[in-house]
Amino acid sequence: MFEITTKPLETENFTMYLVNPKAGAYVSFQGWVRDENEGQEVTLLEYEAYPEMTLFEGQRILNEAKSKFTILEAHSVHRIGTLEVEDVAVWIGVTAMHRREAFAACEYIIDEIKKRLPIWKKEHYASGQSGWINQDGVPRAEPDMGH
Amino acid sequence: MKIHLQYFASLREQRGLNSETITTDLATIAAVYDELKQHHGLSLERDMMRVAVGDRFVSWDTPLTDDMTITFIPPVAGG
Repeated sequence: MFEITTKPLETENFTMYLVNPKAGAYVSFQGWVRDENEGQEVTLLEYEAYPEMTLFEGQRILNEAKSKFTILEAHSVHRIGTLEVEDVAVWIGVTAMHRREAFAACEYIIDEIKKRLPIWKKEHYASGQSGWINQDGVPRAEPDMGH
Repeated sequence: MKIHLQYFASLREQRGLNSETITTDLATIAAVYDELKQHHGLSLERDMMRVAVGDRFVSWDTPLTDDMTITFIPPVAGG
């Protein structure tokens, strides 16, 4: 299931969604708020979402992962609202019989989340400036993902 | 006809509104955005964005229908 929340992500509680007696592998990914982007010191992040569409597209991504890879369970939670450095912005968990499919599905899910979910990020900097990533002429958050 | 528009992120800030309902005789979603861009000085080019009707992505040349809810999707940055 795909979820969004404004509350801190208590990732240790999320494995309950994934328990399956056939599972031999559990792979998870967490996206964290780091203190720097493109040479600017980041103090706060604001994530804004179009909630109905994020839930619809997010569930679609999880369903695609289940059909493309031999996995058992896939779950993801994205936090929105105001986040501080070191907060968890997104969590993904995948279980499978074998690790390779679990790794591949987890990577597919985070790549598609970054490409497709209607979620936007505004960075606030120590300089007092702020900007919407990919919109205000602010450099891309992760240039290596930029295609 | 009457259509409903939703704005997010930089578009919301530039328009100064979360949403609005307008009356228009234009034919497509693309034409609506082009007009809004010009009237309100929106900075994002249409080819940088996607657009949705309800909670589904659609193409910019989708014809307008009465009471449709259109959401402009600036470049995303989730994850």
